[in-house]
Amino acid sequence: MAKSGDTKSFWERMESIDRRVIFLILLVVVAIPLVISVGVEIPPTAPVIEAHEAVESLEAGDVLMVSIDFDATSAPELIPMLESVLRQAFEKDVKVVMLGHIAIGLPLGHVALEEAAAELGKIYGVDYVDLGYRPGYVAVMIAMGREISDVFATDYQGTRLADMEITRDLHSYEDVDLLFGFEHGAVIDYWVRYVQARFGQRMTFGTTAVMAPDAYPYLQAGQIEGLVGGLKGAAEYETLIGVPGMATRGMPAQEWAHLLVIGFIALGNMGFFFTRRKRRRSAAEAGQA
Amino acid sequence: MGSLGTIIGTWLAGFLTLAILSFLYKDNPFYKLAEHIYVGVSAGYWLIYVAFFDVKPMLWDTFVTETGAEKWIILIPGALGIIMLSRWFPKSAWLSRWPIAFTVGVGAGLGITANIQGYVMPQVAATILPVTGMNLVSLNNLVLMVGVVTTMLYFYFSKPQRGVLSWTAKIGIVFIMVSFGASFGYTLMARISLLIGRLYFILADLLHVIG
Amino acid sequence: MKRAVPLAITFLTGFFLVVSFFIPHEPFGELEQRLLIWFAIVSGFTMLLGVDNLVRAHVRRVTRRPAGWGHSVALIVGLVVTVVLGVIGFVRYGSPFHIQSPFMFLYTYSIIPLQATMFALLAFFIASASYRAFRARNTVATLLLVSAVIVMLGRVPIGSASSHVFPAAQEWIMNYPQLAAKRGIQIGAALGAVSMSLRILLGIERSYLS
Repeated sequence: MAKSGDTKSFWERMESIDRRVIFLILLVVVAIPLVISVGVEIPPTAPVIEAHEAVESLEAGDVLMVSIDFDATSAPELIPMLESVLRQAFEKDVKVVMLGHIAIGLPLGHVALEEAAAELGKIYGVDYVDLGYRPGYVAVMIAMGREISDVFATDYQGTRLADMEITRDLHSYEDVDLLFGFEHGAVIDYWVRYVQARFGQRMTFGTTAVMAPDAYPYLQAGQIEGLVGGLKGAAEYETLIGVPGMATRGMPAQEWAHLLVIGFIALGNMGFFFTRRKRRRSAAEAGQA
Repeated sequence: MGSLGTIIGTWLAGFLTLAILSFLYKDNPFYKLAEHIYVGVSAGYWLIYVAFFDVKPMLWDTFVTETGAEKWIILIPGALGIIMLSRWFPKSAWLSRWPIAFTVGVGAGLGITANIQGYVMPQVAATILPVTGMNLVSLNNLVLMVGVVTTMLYFYFSKPQRGVLSWTAKIGIVFIMVSFGASFGYTLMARISLLIGRLYFILADLLHVIG
Repeated sequence: MKRAVPLAITFLTGFFLVVSFFIPHEPFGELEQRLLIWFAIVSGFTMLLGVDNLVRAHVRRVTRRPAGWGHSVALIVGLVVTVVLGVIGFVRYGSPFHIQSPFMFLYTYSIIPLQATMFALLAFFIASASYRAFRARNTVATLLLVSAVIVMLGRVPIGSASSHVFPAAQEWIMNYPQLAAKRGIQIGAALGAVSMSLRILLGIERSYLS
């Protein structure tokens, strides 16, 4: 009886472990694979291949509209995707038109755009442009279907669209060959429901892992052409363009963190079953007494 | 910004990052300070955004560059925007209902058609799939169709869930739980990715432990 | 005036947008475009209301000086510095968002780390919650748990390296049962949104006027 009680008290102790111990273990488990860089193979999955193929289908001179609909809270997942897509587009001499609906994240996209353009020798106003942000989400999206310059009369720094080569003939979605949205919230729903449905705009998305499950119905219904979900999706995209980056580098840490959490779940459940058995036994003994 | 700016900026970012992370140990003045700076800076950021991406290009520039009737028509949304601020004054706060009513009307009007055309119709169409016999594709299609219908029936509360409805609801909850489990897995993935991003900043940019 | 006018505004704008969806020709198309632009302009002003509430609350704290009022000073200083740097960026570089602007410096080295770290904390809490609360208490909870574990294993390289079962199972869950439930929930939500929109347009739902 005493022995059984000791075993049970171990699980009880485990159940009431200080949460900071869990925090510390997680911190160490994530940090070590970042320090000791380990190469991993990341085979691309179908939704990512389809997103990659959508961009690949563009020809030189085509217009890719890139929508920055995230902020720093999702940057580690979405910036690697954005960098890969920009590189792929610029290498194909596709013109990039950037805009965004999450104001606080727009500069993240702008910096990535400037870096990719500088690396691949692209000229602002000719090969790429950043329109910036306008409040109003769906109102802005629908108005762009009629005339883009009605809402974006100027780019992010006040240059009129009519004065730039890339935007001179950019009037509506008819002039946009593909939209690639980078999403961490409901804006993906707005793009699909208000723009894809109404204007038939081709679109594909990179989303945070949180948002990816919600986007699967759009993918299966053919409303969107591809889906890059979370850091894993970003790493797959890096594999497809043959340029491993931050996402590929982060995957071992991601992997070990997943295994740790699965371990936590297993341990937590073992504690739960052992303590439940104890409680039931105690209750039965009390009933007999 | 030059390299000195980068160094100062990196240390500022490092301090703020560690101040927020210190909350993991316990709530403390450094965390509180960083939290309040975050809110203040974000609010300032919004003000700049409204000024430079809304008021200036859409109102001011239009008013300055347009001629004729357009010049004056643009004052209507400007006036609606200013009326919105009447909430600041209790006596005239009721006026702010006008612009609110306008935004609600636009949202509702657009939402009716978009939700039907952009979600209900294509999603229902994509659910009606062929079941052509005992093969894997048909089985999966059946799973999809049963899942959609039973999930919807699970949330049907207009009648008591007895008899057939009780059984469909029981099947529906199976799909819902599998879906929530998958969402949990993906959410965990996202949160870990954020931690990786922050740790990478600390180890690479701040401490130069990794290249 | 206080209720009838807003109800009329809501009905007329909403009804007009529904009509212009089906008849996008002139003058409907042009008028719709005008309303959309007006909406974008007005919605920018709503942000000012939020900032105003925040500033008022913290100015009050600074004047009354309760415990922790220094934090409110930090908040107000943060706000003022951001606005000043934004204006400097505009005057000197033509836009606060120019890559060389001091406003962008502030963005890069304060907003990004603060926002990103705030959300990175969630990784720790979700790990702790997994240990403490993710229990196989009954059949449905077990289903949730098993699904989560399969997805977690299927989405990392070790899952595919050790066996093809996890990625395949993960893919199947995402493409069929998960998708089905999400679709079922979302169709219900979309129909709910449509009915709520109709209630608003017809003046049955008036809570936004309170």
